[in-house]
Amino acid sequence: MTIAVLALQGAFIEHEQMLEKLGVSCFEIRQKIDLEKPFDGLIIPGGESKVIGKLLKERDIFNILQKKIKSGLPVFGTCAGLILLAKSIDGDPTTHLATMDIVVKRNAYGRQLGSFFTKSKFGKTEVPMTFIRAPYIIKVGDNVEVLSVVDDKIVAARQNNMLAVAFHPELNSDPTIHKYFIDMIG
Amino acid sequence: MKNERAEINRNLAQMLKGGVIMDVTTPEQAKIAEKAGACAVMALERIPADIRAAGGVSRMSDPKMIKGIQEAVSIPVMAKCRIGHFAEAQILQAIEIDYIDESEVLSPADDKYHINKNDFAVPFVCGAKDLGEALRRISEGASMIRTKGEPGTGDVVQAVRHMRMMQSEIRKITSMAEDELFQKAKDLQVDYDLVKYVHENGKLPVVNFAAGGVATPADAALMMQLGAEGVFVGSGIFKSGNPEKRAAAIVQAVTNYTDAKLIAELSEDLGEAMVGINEQEISLLMAERGK
Repeated sequence: MTIAVLALQGAFIEHEQMLEKLGVSCFEIRQKIDLEKPFDGLIIPGGESKVIGKLLKERDIFNILQKKIKSGLPVFGTCAGLILLAKSIDGDPTTHLATMDIVVKRNAYGRQLGSFFTKSKFGKTEVPMTFIRAPYIIKVGDNVEVLSVVDDKIVAARQNNMLAVAFHPELNSDPTIHKYFIDMIG
Repeated sequence: MKNERAEINRNLAQMLKGGVIMDVTTPEQAKIAEKAGACAVMALERIPADIRAAGGVSRMSDPKMIKGIQEAVSIPVMAKCRIGHFAEAQILQAIEIDYIDESEVLSPADDKYHINKNDFAVPFVCGAKDLGEALRRISEGASMIRTKGEPGTGDVVQAVRHMRMMQSEIRKITSMAEDELFQKAKDLQVDYDLVKYVHENGKLPVVNFAAGGVATPADAALMMQLGAEGVFVGSGIFKSGNPEKRAAAIVQAVTNYTDAKLIAELSEDLGEAMVGINEQEISLLMAERGK
């Protein structure tokens, strides 16, 4: 199994380190040419969603990735990655890959002073959750499964081949969520 | 609880990696920077080149001006306070700034002590020109480091010198015997634990950006190849002929810093770069402030 990590900007190395620890091989996607190598899943990391969204289009990888995700490529987005997958962003007409039936709110907890750490349930397992200027999900479509709720806000969800979380599992040593994604790939 | 906050503050810097942080002086410039792909902006009244030209005492910016920029963009907003001026830092924290730069670009307020940054909930970035400075700032609570470079000159030589110095010192510590680390900690005037971290991990315990004198996509690529995890661009953008285009080109160069062919394309028709001053031509070396 090989997982590609979108490496345009942000905390992509942390995901690669987590995959390495789990014994899964991975490579970075920065340009169109990187998409020629075969891969079984894609991770979209945390970072600045506007920057990653812009670079996706400038480097001509937007259409290819969108098509792959639409045709079933397993994808895992964290924080900015969740925003990139959302079909709708609250108060903002811009969307990016827009493949997942969720409405998200950017910077939903305010500025850096609102960033926080907590432990909460992902499915049935308690996991550490680091929220950094994080978004949350306001609304999900009928075919979306809610996986985590923190303070009444949806912070993790899955729709078929797409997994999105508002926090950063790559920043803690707990591999639960990465393992969940690996199981999704099968 | 305090440690948790420190960790979360280091984490924000991790999210900025592979990105470009741009100096802006107005909400309009902030919007241009955001549109061009900045991962954060630094709000300040005068960019370093103008501070240098104006002379005199340079202080924290007007909070109203900073708030205007916070309202204009949705990416993180940073602002500078003077070295040692913890009251300015308290004000910046009160207006919920995302990152404080305790910066040698402004006139130092304390010629001996830096701010005890462990006392604050908001994160700090500090400049350093060698490993000792970097680790001392980290003990004081900095959650991100940048090279000092020489701000406002458009001359990258000092940023290169500082990054090379840090990386070379890190490499030396990596190859030291464990018992040599105690003496090294004494030489650097830092905690043994920090030196041990560098020894074991071959890097700083926080994110390390390049800053000071970056003016072109090639400069940005150079700093990334020398080990920077991202780049601050100060005067280089809004002192140039075509800020939008230059800013966007530098952003792409940072992501694809080893692709010379692409950087060649990005470097075409950028208009005039900032004029720049050589380090021999300036009388004030900002990098000498705050050790």
